[in-house]
Amino acid sequence: MKKYEYFEVTADIGLKAYGKDINEAFENAGLAIFNIISDTDNIDATKEISFEVTSEDDVSLLYDYLEELLFYHEVEFMLFSQFHVEVGDGYSLKATIRGEEINWDKHERKTEIKAITFHEMYVKRNGHVELQAIVDL
Amino acid sequence: MSIKDEIKKVRDNVYEIPGSYDKTMRASGRFYIADEFFDELEEGAIKQIVNVACLPGVQRYSIGLPDIHFGYGFPIGGVAAFGLRNGIVSPGGVGFDINCGVRLIKSNLTLEDIEEHLDELTEKLFKNIPSGVGSKGKIKLKENEINDVLDYGAEWAVENGYGWKEDLEVLEENGRMVDADSSIVSDKAKKRGIPQLGSLGSGNHFLEVQIVDEIYDEEVAKVFGLEKGMIVIMIHSGSRGCGHQICSDYLRVMDKAYKKYKINLGDRQLACAPLDSKEAQNYIQAMAAAANYAWANRQMMTHWIRETFEEVLGKSAKDMEMDIVYDVAHNIAKMETHKIYNREEDVLVHRKGATRAFGPGREEVPEKYRAVGQPVLIPGTMGTASYVLHGTETAMEETFGSTAHGAGRVLSRSKAKKQYDADEITNDLQSKGIKIKATSKHVIEEEAPGAYKDVDSVVRVSHETGIAKLVAKVKPLSVCKG
Repeated sequence: MKKYEYFEVTADIGLKAYGKDINEAFENAGLAIFNIISDTDNIDATKEISFEVTSEDDVSLLYDYLEELLFYHEVEFMLFSQFHVEVGDGYSLKATIRGEEINWDKHERKTEIKAITFHEMYVKRNGHVELQAIVDL
Repeated sequence: MSIKDEIKKVRDNVYEIPGSYDKTMRASGRFYIADEFFDELEEGAIKQIVNVACLPGVQRYSIGLPDIHFGYGFPIGGVAAFGLRNGIVSPGGVGFDINCGVRLIKSNLTLEDIEEHLDELTEKLFKNIPSGVGSKGKIKLKENEINDVLDYGAEWAVENGYGWKEDLEVLEENGRMVDADSSIVSDKAKKRGIPQLGSLGSGNHFLEVQIVDEIYDEEVAKVFGLEKGMIVIMIHSGSRGCGHQICSDYLRVMDKAYKKYKINLGDRQLACAPLDSKEAQNYIQAMAAAANYAWANRQMMTHWIRETFEEVLGKSAKDMEMDIVYDVAHNIAKMETHKIYNREEDVLVHRKGATRAFGPGREEVPEKYRAVGQPVLIPGTMGTASYVLHGTETAMEETFGSTAHGAGRVLSRSKAKKQYDADEITNDLQSKGIKIKATSKHVIEEEAPGAYKDVDSVVRVSHETGIAKLVAKVKPLSVCKG
């Protein structure tokens, strides 16, 4: 099964991520995000960051999680290539993400993501999980 | 039936969506678009004008400007004003990049003065002004200093040695919105703001050395200090991760608020709160703080641009008369007084991808420009012309003193990448005498001029409908892209 794919939006870019459960779908969404910014095949997992998020529904949880990834990317000046997510009860999750500090001599420099949008965002849980997000570039 | 069948033509290039189109509309919709582009205008953007016209307290018209296109919640190229007693504020009506804006710096230089140095100037500007994805500013801000940036904007920058005191006189809001309150800005926004202060950003943001190519209105150009053949510098940049975070923070706050205050929305992304609520007041103060961040940011880049010119040309910036012409915010919400049905009313005007275009006599316009109306700066896309216009009485009467902000994207980034090749674009620009320096080939392809609407038409419609009048055309000589 495909981990994720992109679709066209005029001004920005959309992503769909898939997983056998919500954890895997969120992990693959993380990969999709960092393949917009750079190339995750070329990001070594040398440094680790853990965070927790609590929201009020699946869509908000996805939004908050993706925003958190952008936050650590900008503030820690890092790119990430490994994502471990455990969604718990009550729309909360624990994530451990691994990557390395940005080095533009090594890492491919693609596109800056300004923000995550709520536009046409969904999380479908029916056996497998499919989710969609559009990011503002 | 298509929504377009219900639209009435008001006059050339001006259309109205009657308030009867949807029974929940509280105002009519008006949009300004080239007659020949009416058929191609996306219905999604028109529906967004309607959705905004349904919000509580909306005044007169929900407006679309000549560069209108589909946005998140509110259209881009959209303006709406809300009454202070019964209106709302919505972060979606301002956008993620709060106070994304444009600044124009003039000089007494001509092409002859810089021609030989253009390569060096381009290289050094690119080096001295950080840009691109994952770029850090050059300065190390202390944790408490970010509060001063957020509270005082360009004033903070000037006090800390970035630029001249007189610069502040020619910035919208004098580069500082006094409503800003850093104490209600989240730690996350501050943390994102600290490393990025003093950086251009990426995407459609740019720094260009340009030449005044054509003057349309000699008298007004003289007031703005512009003449044909003059070298000028344009910056297009915003509030970076700090502003994006503040927008995101308040989208979440408003998502709860609109349910709490039982506001019916056509789209969740119009999430908003009544102006007299705590949520609304906090957003307005946090948004103003992000706006201040953007003004400080453009002020710091101005300083480094002057330093770079000094270094390369061996003259002082004062001797080169590198004064700021003006600085406009094109993603912002502001308290303003407007005449509505012959009464002066205080309203909160949302401008999302819209430039303020105040006409003659308004006290918000710097004194030296007040007789002719404010300068309006409309940037083109990479390698194409940009324009200087002036605000008008027609804009005051029809669009809450607003006009277009640029060219909207028509091709997605992936299509642009497939269609264009970075080396070809670079060579093509080179053959037109334009140098380009970018952090990656991706950005050159994604920002190919052909991926955007024609800015010339956007400006022409502004001029012909009278919501801003043409003053000058500027052409790029050198482009730095993030």
